[in-house]
This record gives sequence, structure tokens and C-alpha cells, in this order.
Amino acid sequence: MSALIEFKGFNKFFGEHQVLKDIDLQVRSGEVVVILGPSGCGKSTLLRCLNGLEVAHGGSLTLAGKELLSKATDWRQVRQQVGMVFQSYHLFGHMSVMENLLLGPLKVQKRERFEAQAQAEALLARVGLLDKRDAYPRQLSGGQQQRIAIVRSLCMNPQVMLFDEVTAALDPEMVKEVLQVIQGLARDGMTLLIVTHEMAFARAVADRIVFMEAGRILEQSAPESFFTNPQTARAQQFLEKFSFVESLPKTPHKELS
Amino acid sequence: MASSGLELLLVSLPQLAQGAAQTLSISALGIAFSTLGGVLYGVLATLGKRSVNLVLRVYLELFRAIPVLVWLYLLFFGLPIFFAVSIPSFWCAVLVLSLWGASEVGEVVRGALHSLPRGQREAGLSIGLDGWQLYGHVLLPQALKRMTPPTINIYTRIIKTSSLAVLIGVVDVIKVGQQIIERTYESVLIYGALFLFFFFICYPLSAASRALERRWTHA
Amino acid sequence: MSFDVAFILSTLPAFLKAVGVTLQVGLIAIATSLVVAVINTAILVYRTPYLQRAVGLYVELARNTPLLIQLFFVYFALPSLGLKISGFAAAIITMTFLGGAYLTEVLRAGVEAVPAAQLESGRSIGLSEGQLLRHVILPQAGILSLPALFANFIFLLKETTVVSAVAVPEILYTTKSYIALYYKTYEMLAVLTLICVLLFLPLSLLLSRLERRLQHGQFGS
Repeated sequence: MSALIEFKGFNKFFGEHQVLKDIDLQVRSGEVVVILGPSGCGKSTLLRCLNGLEVAHGGSLTLAGKELLSKATDWRQVRQQVGMVFQSYHLFGHMSVMENLLLGPLKVQKRERFEAQAQAEALLARVGLLDKRDAYPRQLSGGQQQRIAIVRSLCMNPQVMLFDEVTAALDPEMVKEVLQVIQGLARDGMTLLIVTHEMAFARAVADRIVFMEAGRILEQSAPESFFTNPQTARAQQFLEKFSFVESLPKTPHKELS
Repeated sequence: MASSGLELLLVSLPQLAQGAAQTLSISALGIAFSTLGGVLYGVLATLGKRSVNLVLRVYLELFRAIPVLVWLYLLFFGLPIFFAVSIPSFWCAVLVLSLWGASEVGEVVRGALHSLPRGQREAGLSIGLDGWQLYGHVLLPQALKRMTPPTINIYTRIIKTSSLAVLIGVVDVIKVGQQIIERTYESVLIYGALFLFFFFICYPLSAASRALERRWTHA
Repeated sequence: MSFDVAFILSTLPAFLKAVGVTLQVGLIAIATSLVVAVINTAILVYRTPYLQRAVGLYVELARNTPLLIQLFFVYFALPSLGLKISGFAAAIITMTFLGGAYLTEVLRAGVEAVPAAQLESGRSIGLSEGQLLRHVILPQAGILSLPALFANFIFLLKETTVVSAVAVPEILYTTKSYIALYYKTYEMLAVLTLICVLLFLPLSLLLSRLERRLQHGQFGS
């Protein structure tokens, strides 16, 4: 089976600084790939390149066999196939939930309102927010806004969804409701690229873990083998940091004087 | 004198109204063109194109550095000499107010667009919006609240500044007033009336601007 | 169309003097406006009854009417009431009337921008109201209003061109006089533009940098 997305010898610079170095990565249709790595390792930049929000500087990137790193690429076309969800949701504050969901389908895809609205309602129901269809973003909790943002992308019927640290800005009690939605998409067989710091979630949802550091992919493996037996010293150190909190000894109880 | 003054004002009303129409036409046209030009300026200034920004910057700084009255004289006397075109003083005033106003409104629009979270632009792009749709549906509507109060303030400045048109020979409300004074010597009455004329146009606008600002920024 | 350099050179002394007049009118007006504004702000801060209302009315009247009308009123209308004044005096009076109102707004906004927590923490360490004003409110308000104050100083300096309408021999009046006398329109407009660019552009560039850095600082006018 050929890859849906393929990075080959992919490079990206911010000024002098190279943030992505010779990235080779293939994602098959229906695969769930979770990208892990320390902050600033380039994992978010990788996702943003796939959505055309960052301009790449070398190598090759194909989507369904079509080269994207060419001047002829119509990014508006690509973005309809590649949904993106951001850390801070970025719902359009001046629009109701339904208006947020319909903007793309009606204005970009020129679909019928009746049909697009039916789809939006179905998806809203699926994430448990149908009753919020007329609410405005500021009236919703962070978790609710993020679920709406996911639906906004889904309404475009994308082939791939990109999740860029979508729970990082949320209060802990709202993380679950968002992760459940993503897990549902994974179960449906949607192609997902996920950048996250939720290790347990990564382990549960991923078909494959990609570990990045300093702009390079150091390791790609199945989640079980990555979490139990990481191949590189870097990955071991990275995982140790996350297990540190769990392994903290209990602070001895102190009497208040 | 009170009754004769009132009588004089009443008698002069049709004449003053004609001048007022000139003044208000200049202001209204200046406001309309400033708004259109200002939005264009604001959009262009947020595209992130270095060359465009440079051109806009030069335009802005020229209109900030050279006083409006000097611009009026430069175009009124200069256009016939430099470009062999002579435009009526009325249109010269409209042109200068529009160019100046557009730079001021433009900076407000730029600032308002700039203050939006960067993610709004990216979220719009990521669902495939084109540039027009991005600005028309996402960015400008959200910038509207922030830019409206200061823009209304610029409108009052345009109205006040339109008074300078009399100095390049427009027969506006001030000129008409001066003609009446030449006949009647009622300078206190006429200038007092002109003072109030501008006040009663500008004050409601200033008050509206302040009320909107309070409602929208402290909500 | 020829460019008469010799003529320009012959006018330079006059223009030098005109720049002096522009600066003189501008700087005096800025100083007097500042005095008016500080007094007004004190009245507003201490919520002085009646006076507070009067200050409010004055600010609205001055801000919502054109400088030119204010100037004509002082120069042409006041003499008919028996107050005869020179163009220069009329210019200073009018620009103080206008500038005082703008600067009052600026200072008042600066005082309001000092966070309430500052007052509370000042009181909490036992400062008297006077000490609070002197050591906590005013220094911070001054810094907060600095960009806006600077913006209004430049604005007032540029507004001096309007007083050319009552024959104050500043740069614009001088230009107009030479054009009327010698028809050297081309040369004189060039000189005027050059003076504006030299005089105001550095100030306005400095202001733009300040404003873009702080993103506030309201313009007057």
C-alpha cells in the first residue's frame, strides 16, 4: 500500500536556524501517527508545513502522490483535504458555533446549506454539543471550544487530520472529553497526525510513534516497543522525564508549628 | 442687540446653509474616501509584504510630518505647476482630506488587525479560505469593534480640518460667515454661530466614540 | 520652468526667522497648554465641585471645534468687544485653549491608567493621600502618558501652520508672502516642503517608533 503522505529529505529553516533536517516520514491511509519529542524539536512545524502554514525549503512532500512543494500547488485545495486543529482552538469569535462550522463548507466548498448543516449537526451531536449550535465561543469552556474546532475541520470532509498539541491549553478535567473525540476518529479509520504531550493517550491511540529531537526523526516504532524499550538514549531520557512525576517519593508529612 | 442678532441669523440662514452644504460635502467625501482608503491600507499593511510596507510607511510618514494645511497649499498651488492640472479648490480639499484621513484610518485598521490573535488568520487559512474571504469573513469583522471608536474620532478630525478649505478659497460656511460679517460687522455673533455649528456636529460623534469604546473594551 | 536657486538663497534668512517663529509659537503654546492641563488634572483628580464640571465643558468645547474658528473668534471677534490683540497673542491664546484641552485628556487618562492596586498598596504601607499622589500616582501617570504627551506636542507644533491665517510670520505665512510678492511658487513650495520634512519628520519618525512599540498614545486634533 502506497503512502498517503510522504516527506522525503525534507528541510525547513527559520532564518539561519534549521528546524527540520532531512525528514523522511511516510503515513499510510488510515494510520494514526503520534509525534513525540521535547519542546522546540520541530514537531509542530512539521504539521504546519503539511497545511501550508509554513513554507518548506527543500526535499519533497507528497499528498496522495501529488508533490506539494511546487509553485503550482493550490494550498486552498490541499487545506480542504488536510484538516488542522490548533492548541488554542482559534474559533472565530464573532460567529456562532454553527456559523463557525459552515464558513468553510459554504464559502470555500460552495456546498448547499441544507446538506452542510445536516452534516454539521450530526457531527455536533457526535461530540455531544448539539445544544451549543447557537452559542458563541466565549460562552463555551475550553474543552467545548476544542471539540467544536475539531468539528469545524471535520465539516470539510478532510482525508487527514492534524492535531497540534490540542489539549495543551486545557484544564486537566477537560482533556479527556477532547481525547475521546480524537480516539473516536482513530477508531473510524481516519488518518491522523498527532502532536501531543499526553503520553498515555499517545500509547493508546497510536499505530506508530515518531520520536523527534532537534529537527530530526530519531526513532519510529510501534507504541508498545517505544514506551517499553526505546532504542535511542535521547528517547529514554525523554520518557524518564515524563515518568519522573509518577516516581516521585511521597513528601514526608510535616507538622505545622 | 439680542433680537437684531437673532434676526440677522435667521435672515442669513439660507446663505449660511449653502456654505454649510459645501463644508459638509467636503467632510462627507473626505470621510468616505478615508474609510475606503484606510481599510485598503490596513489590509495591505498586514499582508506581510516588505515592499508594500515600505511604500505605505513612506506615505504615512509624509502625511504625518507635513501638516494638512501645507498639503492643501502644496496641491492647490503645486498641481498646476508640476502636473499642469488645475483642480477646483473644493476637490483639492477633498483630495487632501482623503489622503490624510486614509493614512490615519489606515493606521487604526492596521493596528486593529494586528491585535487579532495570529491563530485567527491560520484557522481561516486552514479551512481553505482565500484572501478576500479571510479578511471579509474572519479578520475585518473581528477588528471592527476595536477600530470603530478611534475611526469615529478621526471623522471628527476630518470635519474640523475641513475648515481649512476656506484658506484655499472654497466658499464654505466660514467664507459665507465672513461675507456676512463684512456687511454687518456682527463678528461675535457669526463666529459664535460657526463655533457652535462645528461643535454640534463633532460633539455627538466624539461622545458616540467614547461610549462605544467604553462598551466594547470594558465588556 | 526654471529653478531659481539664487532667489531661494536670498529668502533663506527670512525662512530661518520663520522657523524661529514657528518654534516660538509652538513651544510657548506647549508650555502654557501643559500648565493649563496640570491645573485641570488636579481639579479632576481631587473632584473639585463645579470646577470639575467647568473643566469637562471646556475640554469638550475645545476638542470639538476647529482651531481655525477658535483663532478667528479670538482675532476678529474679540476686538469688537473691545479686546484688541496682535496675531501672535491670538495664536498663543488659541493654541493654549486647544492644547490645554488635549493635554488635560492625556494626563487624566494617565492618572486613570495607574492600577487601583497601586493605590491600595500605597495606602497599605501607610502613605498619606498627598504622599500617594506625589510618590505613587504622578510618577507612574507621567510615564504612562509620555507617548501621548509627545504625540500632542508634535501635533501642536504642526498646528502652528494654521496661525498663518492671522498673519503670524511663521513658515507657511512666509511662503505665501513670497509667492504673492514674487510669483516664485515652485521654489517657495520646495523650500516649505523641505522645512517641514527637516523640522517635523524626525519627530514624527521618533513618535511612530514609540507608538508601534507601545501601541497606544492617542493623537490629538
